[in-house]
Amino acid sequence: MGAYETQGFRMDNTGRRIVVDPVTRIEGHMRCEVNLDSNNVIRNAVSTGTMWRGLEVILKGRDPRDAWAFVERICGVCTGCHALASVRAVEDALDIRIPLNAHLIREMMAKTLQVHDHAVHFYHLHALDWVDVVSCLKADPKKTSELQQMVSPSHPLSSPGYFRDVQNRLKKFVESGQLGPFANGYWGSKAYVLPPEANLMAVTHYLEALDLQKEWVKVHTIFGGKNPHPNYLVGGVPCAINIDGNGAAGAPINMERLNFVQARIQEMIDFNNNVYIPDVLAIGTIYKQAGWLYGGGLAATNVADYGTYEKVPYDHSTHQLPGGVILNGDWNKIHEIDPRDPEQVQEFVTHSWYKYGDETKGLHPWDGITEANYNPEGPNFKGTRTKIEQLDESAKYSWIKSPRWRGHAVEVGPLSRYILGYAHATQGNKYCQRVKQQVDEAAVAINSALPKALGMPETKYSAKQLLPTTIGRTLARALESQYAAEMMMDDFKQLIGNIKAGDTSTANIEKWDPATWPKEAKGVGTVAAPRGMLGHWIRIKDGRIENYQCVVPTTWNGSPRDHKGQIGAFEASLMNTPMVNPEQPLEILRTLHSFDPCLACSTHVMSEDGQEMSRVTVR
Amino acid sequence: METFYEVMRRKGISRRSFLKYCSLTATSLGLAPSFVPQIAHAMENKPRTPVLWLHGLECTCCTESFIRSAHPLAKDVVLSMISLDYDDTLMAAAGHQAEAILEEIMTKYKGQYILAVEGNPPLNEDGMFCIQSGKPFIEKLKHVAKDAKAIIAWGSCASWGCVQAAKPNPTQATPIHKVITDKPIIKVPGCPPIPEVMTGVITYMLTFDRVPELDRQGRPKMFYSQRIHDKCYRRPHFDAGQFVEAWDDESARKGYCLYKVGCKGPTTYNACSTVQWNEGTSFPIKAGHGCIGCSEDGFWDKGSFYDRLTDIHAFGIEANADQIGGTAAGVVGAAVAAHAAISVAKRARDNSNARKSDAPASH
Repeated sequence: MGAYETQGFRMDNTGRRIVVDPVTRIEGHMRCEVNLDSNNVIRNAVSTGTMWRGLEVILKGRDPRDAWAFVERICGVCTGCHALASVRAVEDALDIRIPLNAHLIREMMAKTLQVHDHAVHFYHLHALDWVDVVSCLKADPKKTSELQQMVSPSHPLSSPGYFRDVQNRLKKFVESGQLGPFANGYWGSKAYVLPPEANLMAVTHYLEALDLQKEWVKVHTIFGGKNPHPNYLVGGVPCAINIDGNGAAGAPINMERLNFVQARIQEMIDFNNNVYIPDVLAIGTIYKQAGWLYGGGLAATNVADYGTYEKVPYDHSTHQLPGGVILNGDWNKIHEIDPRDPEQVQEFVTHSWYKYGDETKGLHPWDGITEANYNPEGPNFKGTRTKIEQLDESAKYSWIKSPRWRGHAVEVGPLSRYILGYAHATQGNKYCQRVKQQVDEAAVAINSALPKALGMPETKYSAKQLLPTTIGRTLARALESQYAAEMMMDDFKQLIGNIKAGDTSTANIEKWDPATWPKEAKGVGTVAAPRGMLGHWIRIKDGRIENYQCVVPTTWNGSPRDHKGQIGAFEASLMNTPMVNPEQPLEILRTLHSFDPCLACSTHVMSEDGQEMSRVTVR
Repeated sequence: METFYEVMRRKGISRRSFLKYCSLTATSLGLAPSFVPQIAHAMENKPRTPVLWLHGLECTCCTESFIRSAHPLAKDVVLSMISLDYDDTLMAAAGHQAEAILEEIMTKYKGQYILAVEGNPPLNEDGMFCIQSGKPFIEKLKHVAKDAKAIIAWGSCASWGCVQAAKPNPTQATPIHKVITDKPIIKVPGCPPIPEVMTGVITYMLTFDRVPELDRQGRPKMFYSQRIHDKCYRRPHFDAGQFVEAWDDESARKGYCLYKVGCKGPTTYNACSTVQWNEGTSFPIKAGHGCIGCSEDGFWDKGSFYDRLTDIHAFGIEANADQIGGTAAGVVGAAVAAHAAISVAKRARDNSNARKSDAPASH
């Protein structure tokens, strides 16, 4: 296949082909192939999901009240968000309304995950794309301390001695010759542009964040008993409240437990304000000054989210991160999104290892067919069935399907939510003004405040120029973490207020007994998962799951081409990025990681031996 | 090569604090204080053992759990105790630079590295339901297992198959002991395992330079020899016949026993009610939901999580269901009835091997 145009990109696979497999520092298994032109600029990108588990098939015939536990195991990184989507889908199908306390507790759990997942992603999965660990050894601890105090005056861990200790520990580690997870990294590459002091500061926070993240998740441990994989309940939450009655000390939620949760929320707020946000702003500023504004891809044009964090339960107009779809970069026009509309969300399999009757058509999740068709082929395919050397994107090449919104490829994730939030706020939506404020403040920091402090020239990029980039995607995630922590404290205060008003209810059990259910029902549950919009679609018949479908964020972002040749967000984001050294795929990793890929999530649908495993028809 | 003790000293930690740390390690491993000097000696003198951590079909909850460890801290394990040379979730290198590390360590440390496996290999579709470097994961697993000193099966996926192996197991996801048959495998089940149990197993192996004592199913006895029910703080309510009947009822608010709303604590071997989760913060029962039995073989296929225990597939290790709550039998009527229900169900299910399960575990 020669060159062709799609979505404003010119796809040209004639140049030198590079393969990255495995793509590491992600959840699950993924492969990426790109073609470079003679200047080492990426002119074609191919992203492939390389694993498959089949939970929807396993769910058929089971008790809908158990589904949350199965689907929670789709992913242990974004732990809890599939469980939440599941209980929401079941409650939607059975028309169950949960008590306010249960809503607030679920919200706090979802936001705890948002903070945890975002911070762990940035420091432990993404930072090494920006930060040169070995360069830390050259840093002056005193200057590092000054940098720390400049970017984050209120962070208590900032003394020269503190940074010297970390540096010494790293020095010994490197000298031991056993580099562990840092072995064979791309240290010293010219694609790294931070000064040694910024590298030392970031690596220090890599270790700080590793210590602290285990504290934050204790909110899940209090409300859900453990983390990863806390427990959920259809109809509410399992943690009953007993503030001052008999047996309160042994009750799931009492005064001591609430105090514990509040302390963890405050820690999350402090970490975001003192460490995460300042780090991302500093790193973003320095890479922006170096001209590294690549990676926008589809974010510059098409973004989507279902909307989340409603201020008033069940009132979607009160979403504090409102949803919708933006097309062609027109931030003035927000299209409404409806997961129930068969014309909107559809999945295609033209280039996926699945079979449809008519592969030029997409299917809504309530009408989905999953029929495996593993068969790597095509004129440019190299290798064998069990030893793939090169995939051919003109044929089928991934275990991921291609979801589209009214036929459009869209990007999902924190960046999409922030572009939508910014657009909604600009149009006067009072529930998301904080989003606009955060973005505008970050733009000031990156354009002028930080460059001035670092002795660099100022710039004048608008939010619309800064956000759709790899830096912007990473920044939006940090801002969302900060916002989630703030909203969590609001939820906590509301919970206390509600208990004070005499309401301690945590579960609605009117429809716990399947005998109370209609013979047939169907429902949808949506969640703003850390990686983007998540939807679960369920059909219940005679008290059992008749069918279950999930369309998850990395399916949207990591999708292969569709029947029109339209590329997905991963592929689009890599286009036209120059590589410093094609032997070291740092730029590819940096941009792919900015999406926080989750392959176990994206590729859980499956069947075996060409048998059709699921078919749903809309009634 | 630096030792753990040297690292701690350099961080400004005194010898006194170091020994305190060692005694905490001993406690978390369930060891007597007499072992503290042995732990201290090992920490002071041993170089770091290479660990190659592979991921098959899984959800990464085991890695997430591992990094939650509080004692020891995950960062200290990775920087100072082991050499985590390969772990695709955390490693800096990708593509062929990552794969080169596997070969390098396997050659340089032949017979000396630990293989840790998270997830499992699917066997259907020629193994291509899990592709790594263009090839089936099962090939990589067998290749790295060949020269490993010891193999750890992290979590219920590697140990039993877990969720992707639930009926009808469409990918034919297979626990690793069924594909690696020539080496002992330490199973650390749970979905995921408790963080301090994971680091406890590793620390034990580094400290004593041996595999921990295992039960007949290959689980370390130190963490998996007792049922959650045996040490549950709500056990007195079980014995007294005080049960939660419905979610958020008065009994739920008083922290009564969750047996009647499906708790699988009586048939689940794990340390949740003793070590507890996330630095001893809580565990599922304490937070109001019954145990779903996530460390047991095939727990996904034993009926609803909310069904009262009926079809119990419990291998007796040191006790069988007849002995559960035996001390209370005859004292409280309801408890007796409850025990009887469990015991009858167990006998119906097990009958032929019921006596066998009375025998103490041997290894």
